[in-house]
Amino acid sequence: MVDKSLELFDCGHRACGGCGPALAAKLILKGAGEDTIIVASTGCMEVFSTPYPETAWKVPWIHSLFENAAAVASGIEASLKHNNRTEKVVCVCGDGATFDIGMLCISGAFERGHDITYICYDNEAYMNTGIQRSGATPYDASTTTTPAGKLSTGNTRPKKDLPQILASHGASYVATASVAYPMDLMKKVEKAVNTPGSCYIQIHAPCSTGWGFEGGKTIEMGKMAIECGLWVNYELENGRLVKAKKVQRVPVEDYLKAQKRFRHLFKPAPLTDEIAKIQAIADANAEKYGIDIKLKE
Amino acid sequence: MTTLEFMQGNAACCEGALAAGCTFFGGYPITPSTEIAEQMALKMPKRGGVFIQMEDEIASIGAVIGASWTGARAMTATSGPGFSLMMENLGYAVMTETPCVVVNIQRGGPSTGQPTMSAQGDMLQCRFGSHGDISTIALVPSTVQEMFDLTVKAFNLADRFRVPAFLMSDETIGHMREKISIPDSVEIIPRKEPKPGMLIYEAEEDMVPGFPTFGKGYRAHITGLTHNERGYPEATNPELHEALVRRLVDKVESRRHEIADYDAVNTDAETVFITYGPSTRTVRQVLHDHPDETIGHLNLRIVWPFPEDTLKLFPNAKTFIVPELNLGQMAREIERHVTGQRVISMGRLGGTIHTPAELYDKVQEVA
Repeated sequence: MVDKSLELFDCGHRACGGCGPALAAKLILKGAGEDTIIVASTGCMEVFSTPYPETAWKVPWIHSLFENAAAVASGIEASLKHNNRTEKVVCVCGDGATFDIGMLCISGAFERGHDITYICYDNEAYMNTGIQRSGATPYDASTTTTPAGKLSTGNTRPKKDLPQILASHGASYVATASVAYPMDLMKKVEKAVNTPGSCYIQIHAPCSTGWGFEGGKTIEMGKMAIECGLWVNYELENGRLVKAKKVQRVPVEDYLKAQKRFRHLFKPAPLTDEIAKIQAIADANAEKYGIDIKLKE
Repeated sequence: MTTLEFMQGNAACCEGALAAGCTFFGGYPITPSTEIAEQMALKMPKRGGVFIQMEDEIASIGAVIGASWTGARAMTATSGPGFSLMMENLGYAVMTETPCVVVNIQRGGPSTGQPTMSAQGDMLQCRFGSHGDISTIALVPSTVQEMFDLTVKAFNLADRFRVPAFLMSDETIGHMREKISIPDSVEIIPRKEPKPGMLIYEAEEDMVPGFPTFGKGYRAHITGLTHNERGYPEATNPELHEALVRRLVDKVESRRHEIADYDAVNTDAETVFITYGPSTRTVRQVLHDHPDETIGHLNLRIVWPFPEDTLKLFPNAKTFIVPELNLGQMAREIERHVTGQRVISMGRLGGTIHTPAELYDKVQEVA
């Protein structure tokens, strides 16, 4: 068991108030422990957590490029292993770096089966460059490169199912987590770093700036996503679903209404067809992962 | 008719592209060029064009190359790290003679460097960055107006010479806002089509073959391998390879004085500044503050192919001073062409531009 009282990601960094990814970083290190080397790709977290003299990281930390964290981690892991060393190698990267530009290197690392844990803090867009869509941006979210307007209802595609893609690479352990459920998140990280082979964790990390909600509501936003079924916390061991968080599901409307990125779905008039499509995504998630709690008749 | 606007440089680049008939933009977010993609995302759908956000810069330039072969005027925009990723594709565009426009809003390098600060550190990369011998065209704006004008020009040059044309701007000009006059229409030089009976890579007198757009009935066969005039690989034929690469280089280099775009001011001067991009503005301030016509100024709007004859416009020149936001990348090129004159490189790093005082001090020092 790691000592979860250790604060290895320090306060005083430059994230926005209520930053989901900052909370994720704090919890990741509590789960991974001090015997950890972090590989960070370019992104919000790299920028806000590191400027001199205020680095937040109390473990060895290397900024790679935008696209190559998994390759740099592969080299670190292979070399450590060659020298019989046992430090945990953990990538902490955003969704743009993971779903889009870094995909090639991740695929290579997982196919080779390096003993690394790749963690994506998923705030569902490129926030560091000012809110552009990524492969993790949900359907119909308005971003600066999928601006909603007369000719568009926002992002035209649903989130890429990256956990499934990496499970298909033969990943030992794949999990999703949310900053709204910190105990679960820490437990999953601890499990991943102690599981041999390539492991992947995708953490839902609400972004108040990019999604458009008050910074005090980050946890609430994370919980709402889970309660409506648009985010599911689950675990795959060797590709097999072993656990998924069950919920008494509510319709997606309240979650959507709470965020400016979905405001165009309700104003000036509700786009009921579009909202129904998003509800269908939540319904499909519920079906796929069996998360609905069956009420006793 | 023209419309007067107050506009950001990156937005002016987008307007220039749309005015030039650009109908395809494939890009990826990167500071300090992201506004170009954002503007394209907003405006392309309204113009019936295509905006695609790609998964990285390798994919962005790949998509631009693909779109170009369907006949579209296609563009991407990036900054240093993305530009580095594009290099293999850019060599492919040269080899296959694919017209396209690549905007590089330069920032401080190497590596991630200074994402929000200005630099001109990629001036040799755009010329020599891809493997093999190539020649390309690079335009450098020093005003928001030129962001518009030179973007239009980049499309025309790319189509005329069938090469990637680079708009090598920087964070300063990209993020600056100033007055701009947007014309109702701009000159468009269309791509030449192959003449009947000619093979798809059979060059005409100007060394440029007609462009066999996909789907127009041409036997288009396109490859990055060394290819013959039919477009089929003959990668072990030494004479063919040499003739092909020499033509790809010469079609641009032999026209360098015709392509040249510059201002030459106070041509009798003994001390002459040579600038491109932001330092042009600083030198203009120096000339404004010291209007005695003793300081010469050569401002280059096109730096590649390098128009060395422009140096001869200053017959009394004893010293060329080259202020640029790198450690002397263009000064090195100028040194190759001078005939006895001294070349003083005023390379500057860090992200800020030269001040008029430091440039004038240098004039005093060399006098």
